[in-house]
Amino acid sequence: MSGRPQTPSQTIGPFFHDALMRYGVDQIDPDAEAGAPIVVVGSVLDGAGDIVSDAMVEVWQADGSGRYRHPADGRVGDVPSSFIGFGRVASTDEGTFRVSTAMPGTVPGPNGSIQAPHLSLQIFARGLLDRLCTRIYFPDLAENAADPVLGQVPEERRDTLIARPEGQEDGASIYRFDVVLQGEGETVFFDV
Amino acid sequence: MTTPTGYRRRDRDAYPPYDHPPYGSTQLRAPSEAPLQLEHTLSEITGPGPALSEIAEEDADLTRNAGTGGEALGERIIVTGQVLDEYGTPQPKTLVEVWQCNAAGRYIHAKDQHPAPLDPNFIGAGRCVTDESGTYRFLTIKPGAYPWKNHPNAWRPAHIHFSLFGPSQATRLITQMYFPGDPLHELDPIMGSIPQEHWPRMIATYDHDITQEEWALGYRWDIVLRGPEATPFEAGGAGALA
Repeated sequence: MSGRPQTPSQTIGPFFHDALMRYGVDQIDPDAEAGAPIVVVGSVLDGAGDIVSDAMVEVWQADGSGRYRHPADGRVGDVPSSFIGFGRVASTDEGTFRVSTAMPGTVPGPNGSIQAPHLSLQIFARGLLDRLCTRIYFPDLAENAADPVLGQVPEERRDTLIARPEGQEDGASIYRFDVVLQGEGETVFFDV
Repeated sequence: MTTPTGYRRRDRDAYPPYDHPPYGSTQLRAPSEAPLQLEHTLSEITGPGPALSEIAEEDADLTRNAGTGGEALGERIIVTGQVLDEYGTPQPKTLVEVWQCNAAGRYIHAKDQHPAPLDPNFIGAGRCVTDESGTYRFLTIKPGAYPWKNHPNAWRPAHIHFSLFGPSQATRLITQMYFPGDPLHELDPIMGSIPQEHWPRMIATYDHDITQEEWALGYRWDIVLRGPEATPFEAGGAGALA
């Protein structure tokens, strides 16, 4: 068996919308059956603090019981049928993105650990030759303290992964999560 | 099929850096800090690929999918290949999304200001799901080269953008396919983000066996996604890749 070399990444460029956003998903839990409703809003900001208006943000998450819609999760059969757990939104001309979904549950982690509720994010944009991966955690959850991934993040940068509560809207909890690509307050990104 | 506990890491020699000064847009967008290596958990070995591939509808004829009843202008081409992992294992039922400019070098995108004509019969977007042998196939027209403002007299070589999920979050890939023999390759700072010795991974091959007589020219381009970490159940294993 011979090895095949990986195909490398190239930038998404500025002109992806007509293809990829035709299949955009900004309601991850369309039938409101996967968990408590939440809305995540945020901005993508560059190293000068300016908005990035041509980014694509993809979300992957477990349902409210911490189950993934994926064959590698033994509990996949119990995930509500309307819920894939995938979101795909583009930042607007104002540099913001917005997605409504269900609050995820805790997810099994390595060596019997428990991962705190989180959303996985992938960010693509002109000027990013490769994707950026990060996670959104939620404030004031006891599970955050024992989360094996947060635990590896230097304490002074951990806050960049925690969404900020911004009240309620139509029964959903609103959270703000800004993605700072570079410089002061730079979001922690992961090599996934 | 065994469930992998993790996926192999990006090939750092062949992947682009975030900070690549010749490509000006990286200047304010490349993170200053290196990404933290994340041991793969259930969150990374899962991903939306399998579920999205199940519901995706085939839309693989870009010469006619504008819905006008007319056919796109340009040199008709077939672009096909296999999606594989690093062990050569075909990746069936994998969603492949593509987008490109038209034969004149103009995207349908509202923000594309290049003064080249739009083609009313071409939107430049398509998708398909790989078959049991991991093969995808698009019918399209050859995209043109187009100018951009990165540096004086800058032109992008003809390319088609590809987006794939693969089985997991770890395997997600957005990239570009280039055409053989294009003199713009060596002038392109985006291709130049990758060492030239690895460019063959991004350049399609003209394949006369794919070319259809009196119909369309054929190009082959295989796409290799990151493979699972070796498990005791896999003959060969990581050693085969050394």
